[in-house]
Amino acid sequence: MNSLVEAFGAAWRLIAGFDDELAQVVGLSLQVSLTAVVIATLIGLPIGAMIAVERFRGRQTLIVLLNALMGLPPVVVGLVVYLLLSRAGPLGSLGILFTPTAMVIAQTVLITPIIAALSRQIIEDAWREYDEQLRSLGAQRLNAAMTLIWDTRFSLLTIVLAGFGRAAAEVGAVMIVGGNIAGVTRVMTTTIALETSKGDLPLALGLGIVLITLVIVLNALAAVIREMALRRYG
Amino acid sequence: MAIMMRRALLVLALSGLLQAPMAAAQQFITVASTTSTEQSGLFKHLLPVFEKKTGTQVRVVALGTGQALDMGRRGDADVVFVHDKVAEQKFVADGFGVQRFEVMYNDFVLVGPKADPAKIAGGKNITDAYRKIAAAAAPFASRGDKSGTHAAELRLWKSAGIDPQTGKGSWYRETGSGMGPTLNTASAMNAYSFTDRGTWLSFRNRGDLVIVVEGDEQLFNQYGVMLVNPAKHPHVKKDLGQAFVDWVISAEGQKVIADYKIGADQLFFPNAGR
Repeated sequence: MNSLVEAFGAAWRLIAGFDDELAQVVGLSLQVSLTAVVIATLIGLPIGAMIAVERFRGRQTLIVLLNALMGLPPVVVGLVVYLLLSRAGPLGSLGILFTPTAMVIAQTVLITPIIAALSRQIIEDAWREYDEQLRSLGAQRLNAAMTLIWDTRFSLLTIVLAGFGRAAAEVGAVMIVGGNIAGVTRVMTTTIALETSKGDLPLALGLGIVLITLVIVLNALAAVIREMALRRYG
Repeated sequence: MAIMMRRALLVLALSGLLQAPMAAAQQFITVASTTSTEQSGLFKHLLPVFEKKTGTQVRVVALGTGQALDMGRRGDADVVFVHDKVAEQKFVADGFGVQRFEVMYNDFVLVGPKADPAKIAGGKNITDAYRKIAAAAAPFASRGDKSGTHAAELRLWKSAGIDPQTGKGSWYRETGSGMGPTLNTASAMNAYSFTDRGTWLSFRNRGDLVIVVEGDEQLFNQYGVMLVNPAKHPHVKKDLGQAFVDWVISAEGQKVIADYKIGADQLFFPNAGR
């Protein structure tokens, strides 16, 4: 109990005395996870939409596979990306191991299946509902997919937020491919892991509270934007 | 609105992506080192002095010694700064390191609960203490992660004539993690644990643990530094890496190491070239 009280004290001191080091760690967390979620959306959303509206052999298998990939363990993703980017690995010549770029790659791999699988589900449900309507209008599948994405955009926003949440909360992958280098690849979650290692549990938990607060603020922002958009477009 | 937001996010994200290579414009080296040097705070004290002097940023990836050497073997580090003499000599002999230099030493200590179930507190002989822990089957938290500290712990069990694996699952508990997490575990279980003094001094979550055995010569913990062999990995930053190695073992680097203290305790004792 005592350490929980201490943790809130530590969190408060961290926020009140927001210093450069914390700002950098928070900034990098946001930079890496937002970049990853944007790339994952650009890749995952078209894949999800395509699977939702197309009918082809092996579709069911692909859906099962995609759903299963939502549960990819971050540590495994981290290890695979590490082995690919390591100097001894196939992409070693790029020299991007232990950089934020490597962390973006790992998180993108981690959340693309989430965005693809969930958007597939939502777009497919909408497709069932509007199937005949869209067909009677003579819409091509591509156009149909675009329309459905636009129609379900608010549900899709929730998926993007879920992807961001997963990316920002993840520690196993970024620890391995980023190396938790102070000032270069140290993000919120790896800092928390480090402080836990040092036995400074209140500071670790305090940082955790800061991270959760940050995620809440971002989600609230998204909710506000959604509300405004709903009012404008009905 | 949603499109605008997405565009804004995209711009933000892409600018973020572009920043990464730009930040790399400053020259830097990557050093694979151990959790003990990082978590004890030595690097935070040592590296800024070097960075200010040379303009070379030192990026430290802190792992167990086994993993750190493996990073060097794969060519993912320019310099390796670790503490397992036998493994380091093999690393150099196998051609992965250029030349090994001794840098400094600190010592290991045995920590344990105040209640002291094995009756070893105040002892000066670590192998004696190990035999008593095994005889009493008192809980012992081991790193179990092939780190330098783990290797040292295992060598001492061996010279005590005990195979701790016989106690596995009962009193001998391998955490498979770094020094800090292992101490967290020991603190929660009131177990004995073998740790480097630096990590112990900077460790906050001690609970009932205190130092029970220290000062035995067998607890001496030597650190070595070496450049990863550019002949094996041509991209190794030979000049910058060697400059760091040379500085750490120079009179100036050695003095900065000696100056690092937590409270009144000096953590590392420089002994390069001796």
